[in-house]
Amino acid sequence: MAHHKLRTPLSEDDVRRLQLEDTVTIDGAIFGIRDATQIRMFDEGIAPPADLSGSVCLHTAPGVRKRPDGGYEKLSIGTTTSTRMNRFVPGLLETHGVRAIVGKGGLLEDSVEAMRRFGGAYLAIVGGAAALETMQIEEIEDVWWEDLMPECLWKFRVKDFGPLIVAIDAHGNNLYQRVRDQAAARIRDLLG
Amino acid sequence: MPTIYDVIENVGRELYLRALKDIPADVRAALRKGWERERQSGNRSAEQVMFTILENVRTADAQDTLVCQDTGLPVFLVDIGADLGINVAELEQRLRVACERATREYPLRSNTVHPLTRKHTGVNTGEGIPVIHLAFIPGSMSIHIRMAPKGSGSENMSFLKMLNPSEGIRGIRKFVLECILESGARPCPPVIVGVGLGGTSDTAMQLAKKASTFRGIGSRNPDPEIAQLEQWLLEKINQTGLGPQGLGGATTALAVHIEWAHTHISQNPVAVNIQCWRGERAEAIVHADGSVTYLDGAS
Ligand code: SF4
Repeated sequence: MAHHKLRTPLSEDDVRRLQLEDTVTIDGAIFGIRDATQIRMFDEGIAPPADLSGSVCLHTAPGVRKRPDGGYEKLSIGTTTSTRMNRFVPGLLETHGVRAIVGKGGLLEDSVEAMRRFGGAYLAIVGGAAALETMQIEEIEDVWWEDLMPECLWKFRVKDFGPLIVAIDAHGNNLYQRVRDQAAARIRDLLG
Repeated sequence: MPTIYDVIENVGRELYLRALKDIPADVRAALRKGWERERQSGNRSAEQVMFTILENVRTADAQDTLVCQDTGLPVFLVDIGADLGINVAELEQRLRVACERATREYPLRSNTVHPLTRKHTGVNTGEGIPVIHLAFIPGSMSIHIRMAPKGSGSENMSFLKMLNPSEGIRGIRKFVLECILESGARPCPPVIVGVGLGGTSDTAMQLAKKASTFRGIGSRNPDPEIAQLEQWLLEKINQTGLGPQGLGGATTALAVHIEWAHTHISQNPVAVNIQCWRGERAEAIVHADGSVTYLDGAS
C-alpha cells in the first residue's frame, strides 16, 4: 500500500501507477459534478464550458452562500453516492478525458471496464466526512451552469485533498466487488 | 413571557442544528472502538477510514460546522406528559416552523421536494414533513423531544418483507443479512442497523426507524430472546468483512437494535432501516415551567 501525492491535471501514467488500496492526496483543482450536471452534458448533449481532460471529478452538490461580488463561499461540501451516476462515467472518461472520479459507494462493471480501457481510477472518499472535506477545499474557483444550482459544474481549488483510497484501479480491479463477493460467500456459509 | 409553544419552537430549531453538528457521545465512543479494532487487526485502509471519520467529528466540533452535508429529512419523536393539556396541533405547527427557521437562519441546505415533480419547497418542510410521532405519557409533566435529520444515503437502505410465519427466526436472520449485503457501501458504513419485528407493515417500518435512529448505541432490548438476536446479528454482520465504507474490515455495524410488536397469526413482518455512522440525533426535555434540559442524545 503506497501513498501518492498527485497534482492536477493527471496523466494516464499517474493513474496507471495506482494499485488497489493505495492512498492518494490531491493538490490543484477538482471539478464538482452531480446528476443534473451530467444530464445536461450527456442527455441534452451540451458540451461542458470547461476543459475536463486530465481532471479529477467529485460527486457533490455543495452547500454554498453567494457573495456580494458574485462568487461563492463554501458552507458544507460533502460527497454523494456515485453508484446512482454510474451511467455517465464511461462518457466522462472516453469523451472528456477525465482521469479520476472521487466518490462514495463505488461504480458498476461498465465503469470499471472504461477505467481499464481509457486509464482512469475511482478514488473513495469517506462518505459523510463533509466537515473535513470542506476544510480541504481552499476555494470555489469557478462555477458554470448556475441555473442548475446546486448541481452546477463547480471548480474547487484543493490542497492535500484526501486521503482517498484507490477502490477501482486502471487494471480492471474493483475493491468493492472483491469485498462484496467475500461477504456474500460468508453469509452463505453462515446460513448453511 | 414566552409561551410553552415558543419554547418548543426554539428547542426544535436548536435540536435540528445540534443533531447536524454534534455527534452523540455514545456514537463517538462506538466509532473510537471501531478505530481501535481496525488498528489491532492491522487493516490499514479500514483504520484509515475510521481515523478520517474521527478527524471529521473533531473538525466539526472545532469549526462548529455540520458533520455531514446531508441535512436530511427532519423526524421528531415527542413524548408529551398526558396531564399537561398540550394543544397538539399547535405543537406540530411550531415544530414545522422550527425546521423552517433552522433552514433559513443557519442556512441549511433544503432537501424537501415533491415526489413526482421533484420541485423544491426550499425550507426542509412540506406535505407530511417534518415527520412527527407523538406519544402521551401518563403522570409526566414534561415534554421529551427527540430529533433526527435522517440522511438519505442510509434512509434509502430501507427494506420490508412480509415473511411466512413458518420461516421463523431463520428467515428473519437471512433477510437482515441480505439487506446488509444489498446496502453494501452505500449507507456509509459502519452503520447502525434497526430491525422492526411484528405489527402490521407500517408498524414494522416505524419500529425499525426507532431502533436504528433513536436508541442508545449498544443498548439491549429488555426481552432476552430479542437481545440475543441483536447480539447474533451484530456478530454476523461484522463477520461479513464489508467494513468501514464497504472497503473491507471488521467494523461493518456499530450496533444492531431490534424493536418488536405482536403480530397476526399468519404474518411475520420484518423491516430493516439503516442509520449511517454519524448517528445523528439530539434530544431535550421541556419542563412545565418552560425551562429546558438538553440531553446528550443517548437515551
Ligand atoms: S449516508 Fe449518512 S453519513 Fe453518508 S452522506 Fe448520507 S447522511 Fe452523510
